[in-house]
Amino acid sequence: MISFSSVAKRYPGGQEALRDVSFSLAQGEFAFLAGHSGAGKSTLLKLIPAIERPSSGTVLVNGQNVGALKKAAVPYLRRNLGLVFQDQKLLYDRSVFDNVMLPLAFGDLGGREAARRARAALEKVGLLARERANPVQLSGGEQQRLAIARAVVNRPALLIADEPTANLDAAAAVSVLEIFAAFNQVGVTVLVATHDEALITRFARRVLRLAKGGIIE
Amino acid sequence: MKSWLRHHRQALAAALGKVAAQKAAAALNALVIGIALSLPAGGYALLGSLRAATAGAPLEPQFSVFMRADAKRAEADALAARLKGDARLRGLRFVPREQALKELQASEGLAEVVAALGRNPLPDAFVLRPASGDPAALEALASDLRNLPGVAHVQADSAWARRLAALTGTARLAIALLAALLAFGLVAITFNTIRLQILTLRAEIEISKLIGATDAFIRRPFFYLGALQGLSGGLVALAILWGSLSALNVGVAELAASYGSGFRLAFLEPGDALAVVLFSAGLGWFGAYLSVSKYLLEIEPK
Repeated sequence: MISFSSVAKRYPGGQEALRDVSFSLAQGEFAFLAGHSGAGKSTLLKLIPAIERPSSGTVLVNGQNVGALKKAAVPYLRRNLGLVFQDQKLLYDRSVFDNVMLPLAFGDLGGREAARRARAALEKVGLLARERANPVQLSGGEQQRLAIARAVVNRPALLIADEPTANLDAAAAVSVLEIFAAFNQVGVTVLVATHDEALITRFARRVLRLAKGGIIE
Repeated sequence: MKSWLRHHRQALAAALGKVAAQKAAAALNALVIGIALSLPAGGYALLGSLRAATAGAPLEPQFSVFMRADAKRAEADALAARLKGDARLRGLRFVPREQALKELQASEGLAEVVAALGRNPLPDAFVLRPASGDPAALEALASDLRNLPGVAHVQADSAWARRLAALTGTARLAIALLAALLAFGLVAITFNTIRLQILTLRAEIEISKLIGATDAFIRRPFFYLGALQGLSGGLVALAILWGSLSALNVGVAELAASYGSGFRLAFLEPGDALAVVLFSAGLGWFGAYLSVSKYLLEIEPK
C-alpha cells in the first residue's frame, strides 16, 4: 500500500528533514509513526499525498510513484487518501454537513447519494445529530471526529493522520484513536503520527519510530 | 458528461451565492462597469442614428451646375451637349427649373412659401458625376464649369456628405478606442474583484486542494463570478443607455419637428444590445481568467 525506499527530504536552504527512510505498510495495517517533535513525522506524512516531493528515493502509494507524479494527477491521488490534520483544517463558515460534503463535490456522485454518504460518515463518528451545527460549536474532540468523517467520506483505502490527538484531552484522544481502529477493522490501512507514548502503548500496534532522519522499528 | 454538467451547475450556484452574499459590492461593480460600457455603447447608438438619418446622402463627388436665371432653354441644351462630350464626366442629369420647383414644393413646410412666390425663381440645373475623385482634378473641373457660358453657380454637393462620412469614420474610430480602453478597465475591475475573492477564500482553496479538488474545479466558480459581473455590468450599461436616449429624445423630437423631421435617437439593434452584454460577460470571464491564473497557482497546501 505504502512503500518508502531510501527516501530523503531536504528543504530549500539545506535543512534536512529526512535522511534515509525505508519502510512498507501493507494493506489493512495500522501503524503509529512516532518520534520527538521535529523528527520529521509531518514531512514523512506530507510525502504520501504529494504535498511535498522527496529529494531522493522512492515513495510508492498504491503502486504510484508519488515523486514522479504529474501535478495534474495529484488531486486524483489525494481523493483516494483520507487525510486528518492536527489543526483539522475545517471550513468554519460551513455547517458540519457541508464540511463532510466538500470532498464529494469533486467526484462523480449525484447530490442525493453524496448526502447519504456524508450522513453515513457523520454517523460513524457520532456526529449525525450535529450535522447542522457550525464547527466552532463543536468541542476539540468533535472537531477532530468531523475531520475524520470528511477524510473517510470518499471511502479511502488509506487513512493518514498527523498528530490527530495533540490538542485533545486523554479521553477525547482515546475516542479518536478508537475511531481509527474501527476503520482499520474493516480493512482501511491507517498510519497515525503521534508523540503520545501512552496512546501508542494503549493501542499496541506496529510502531515506526523516526530518529536521526531514519526509521527504527 | 452528467457530472461535468453538475460541476458547472455547482460552480454557477457558488458564484451566484457569492454575488448574493455581497450584494452591495456586486451592485457597485456592475454600476461602475455599466457606466464605463455605456459610453462607447451610447456613441455607437448615436452613430447608428446619424447613419440612418444620412443614409440617402450621396458620398460620391457630385456637382450641381446652376444656369443663370435668365438663361434660355437653348443655352441649356447647348451646355448639355458640351458637357456630354467632356471626358472628365461619367454622367449628367438635367433638372429643368419646372421640375426643381415641383421638388421644392414637395418639401415639407415649403409648399405655402413656393405658392406665395408667384413665379419660379429657380434656374435650370445639371447634376454632374465626375469620372475622377481626385481633389485636384475636381477643383480644376469646378473652375472650368464656372467659366462655361450661361453658368451662374457651381456647387460641390458631395463635399458635406464626404466631410460627414470622414467625421463619422473618425467618431467610429474614437468609439472603438474608447471601447478598447474601457474594456481594459473592465478586465482590471474583474481581475481585482477575483483577486480579493481568492485571498478571502484562501483557506477554503487550500483545504479543497488538499482533499483532492482539481485546479479546474477550483477555478470554475471564479470564472462564473467574473462572467456574471461582466454580464450584470453589460445589462446596467444598456439600462443607462436606454434611459439616457429616452431623456434626450424629448429634446431631439422637438428640435427635429421644427425642421419638419421625425428624427429620433435610436436604441441599439437587438443584435448589438446582445453583443454588448456578451462582450461584457466575455471580458469579465477574461479578467477572472487572468486573476485566477496568477493567484490560484500561488496557493498550495503546506
